[in-house]
Amino acid sequence: MDKKTLTFVLMDAPYENSRTTTAFRLIDSALRKGHDVKVFAYEGAVALSFARQAQHPNAVHGRDAAQEDHPNPKEWIVALQQAAAQSGSKLEWMNCGLCVDERGVGEVVAGVTRGSPVDLWKWSEASDNTLVIATR
Amino acid sequence: MARKYLQIIETAYRATIEEQDDTCVWIAHAMRGGGADIAVLLRGNAVNYGCKGQDASGLAFGEKRQSHPPDLAGDVAGLIGKGVAVYVVEDDCAERGLERSDLVDGLKPVKRAGLAALLAGYDQVWHW
Repeated sequence: MDKKTLTFVLMDAPYENSRTTTAFRLIDSALRKGHDVKVFAYEGAVALSFARQAQHPNAVHGRDAAQEDHPNPKEWIVALQQAAAQSGSKLEWMNCGLCVDERGVGEVVAGVTRGSPVDLWKWSEASDNTLVIATR
Repeated sequence: MARKYLQIIETAYRATIEEQDDTCVWIAHAMRGGGADIAVLLRGNAVNYGCKGQDASGLAFGEKRQSHPPDLAGDVAGLIGKGVAVYVVEDDCAERGLERSDLVDGLKPVKRAGLAALLAGYDQVWHW
């Protein structure tokens, strides 16, 4: 199978829409198959990598924080980075810098960079295909 | 050779007050500024972006008055001024009662039935 380079553009903020989970599944699948993936996080999606996301207890579920094991997308990103390393593929994750600044979410997990729409365009030019998953 | 991009903007007025623009029109401006070969298609409610006479000014919360409201028609006209082809779906305009005279100059009307042929002319189609 030919190795491909795929770019994804994500736009939804975390904890808001199942499109985010679907996007992560697509990225995970591509990495497991050995493809290289570039993710450009735009608008609310820049908060996916925010390092201060925290798990919490859930009284309705009757579980403490450890039992609840609330899924935080920053941990999904780290897991995808590890999956890429194991499969010999490459995952690059870039946040739109202006989007980060206006939301104050510049503290991100390791390996996440910041860039501009021009960087996205260059990524797209260097990729086999690009998929935009926009907020609706 | 650089790819040809078509940005389809369909979801309209997505936080345009907070952002002072439509972020997908904005990204088209930014990519064009970087040298991308780009075109835009306005469809659905986003055809209203081409409508002249919009005025989103006047927002205030307490003593905080918001300056620089979004100017969506101006941003669309700005793209056209940069040589970007901006298409608008005629059928979507008609359904919303928009006449050609309501819209900024330079928009390229396209019929819904002609979209497939239009899309076929681009290497990348991004749907916002």
